[in-house]
Amino acid sequence: MRYALLLHYPEMSAEELGEEALAEGMAAFDAYAKALDAAGVLRSAEVLTPSSTTTTITRATGELLVQDGPFADTKEQLGGIVVIDVPDLDAALAWAEKAPVAEYGHVEIRPSATRFLDGAWTPWTYPGA
Amino acid sequence: MDVPGGVTATPSPQVRAAEVARTSYGRLLALVAAGTRDLALAEDVLADAFERALRTWPETGVPDNPVGWLLTVARNRHRDVLGSAAVRTAAPLAQAPEHAVPADLDPDRIPDKRLELLFVCAHPAIDRAIRTPLMLSTVLGIEAARIAAAFALPTTTVSQRLVRAKRRIRDAGIPFVVPSLGDVPARRDAVLEAVYGAYAIEWQVAGAQERTSLADEARYLAVLLASLLDDAEACGLASLISFAASRARAREVDGRFVPLEEQDPAAWDDGLVADGERLLARATLLRERSGEPIGRFQLEAALQAAHAGRRRTGRVDWDGVLRLTEALVTLAPTAGARVALAAASARVHGPEAGLALLDGDPDPRLPRFQPAWATRARLLADAGRVAHARDAYDRAISLTTEPAVRVFLEERRRALG
Repeated sequence: MRYALLLHYPEMSAEELGEEALAEGMAAFDAYAKALDAAGVLRSAEVLTPSSTTTTITRATGELLVQDGPFADTKEQLGGIVVIDVPDLDAALAWAEKAPVAEYGHVEIRPSATRFLDGAWTPWTYPGA
Repeated sequence: MDVPGGVTATPSPQVRAAEVARTSYGRLLALVAAGTRDLALAEDVLADAFERALRTWPETGVPDNPVGWLLTVARNRHRDVLGSAAVRTAAPLAQAPEHAVPADLDPDRIPDKRLELLFVCAHPAIDRAIRTPLMLSTVLGIEAARIAAAFALPTTTVSQRLVRAKRRIRDAGIPFVVPSLGDVPARRDAVLEAVYGAYAIEWQVAGAQERTSLADEARYLAVLLASLLDDAEACGLASLISFAASRARAREVDGRFVPLEEQDPAAWDDGLVADGERLLARATLLRERSGEPIGRFQLEAALQAAHAGRRRTGRVDWDGVLRLTEALVTLAPTAGARVALAAASARVHGPEAGLALLDGDPDPRLPRFQPAWATRARLLADAGRVAHARDAYDRAISLTTEPAVRVFLEERRRALG
């Protein structure tokens, strides 16, 4: 099964964080990605830029609204997405527990329902469907 | 320092200061902080004292009693800082600061307050998660960066938590005392747990092979605690850690995990095995003397000793291992101990007996407990139930994030064909 590990954590600028902490954080995440890769379970890893750079749009009210900033302004922001392919939730949890972000933020483990691959949707595995 | 041949080698003041720092840091810190309970302040004045030693010893020579010298300088500085704070708050100055450094402070008469310090670090008012880092920082003087590396945490996180804990000790007024007899068992267990925590730092970051190990420091703490407390369980813990440390080199060969019973005993460290045996004997003597029932760490140390015995006899006394594991499960029924019981039972009564124990275990967490699956896979393979064994190995592998263990399990899985 494919799982997205959604990494939420308090945002800090490079200055607030300091050079050393930034380098440490990068090294920890690098080691994590390499371990996932070596175990053959990593499908993709994206580290996002700060939410101050994000743009949110909606047509929910009938007209196009472009908002400067994230959809929800929360203390912790989505900062990275790791997609892994493992047999079940227990295996996904075993890896999520090792994510460096778990030490100071939250890791949301969300099963993937389907994805568009080679021109078609893969079989739908939505629960209860 | 006398060197054979009558030549006297004098270590440089820098080397001496570093030596004193390594062997006496915790002693000095505990003494300076005991009065005010202010560890952060004590660290500052101690750092000043070491800095002053590095500045003045090259000119004046290393004092005969460097520890006493440092203590006096640190205490004077401490008094200066507290005195000037008192002036600022308009309180009357209690006494004029002294700067004289008596050289005759007898090192043997300098009290050792490290046991009090260990009890402070593991006080019930201190968050369990910070107790071990606090001990490493205060008793051994290990920098936050190294502790952070061992715990796979950002340095800033560890520094902040240490600062908060030290502030709490001061502001909450946690006393630097060894608890009175009535409180000892619970308080002692908290200290033992925190020292054990330094050894059993869980492998938290996947793939961080270069992570700094604090195993040596953990052993130092355990042996120190055993000598200061001279208590059966403390000796049991120090014995357990010594045995485990003796096998550091045998545990992983060429990136592959090697289970205990397959390790080459020749690769074990003789000195550490001997330490483990000596400390276990001391624990047994102390227990018999006190009439206390056997504790968890003594049982775990005895289990380690049973395995270490293979080096002499060429075989493991599995009956003995089973009896000890049964006792351990009765005393501390952790998931790890119950899985170990299934494995030991399988050795004595056959794989089906072990599998029955695993099947009958009602713990809902067991289905995602990696050791339970690794053991089950092995027992299924031993029982000739190859298809089930394969499935169990797959499950165990999926729950394993440690590379060397994955390699080992994948090998076992392949060997089933």
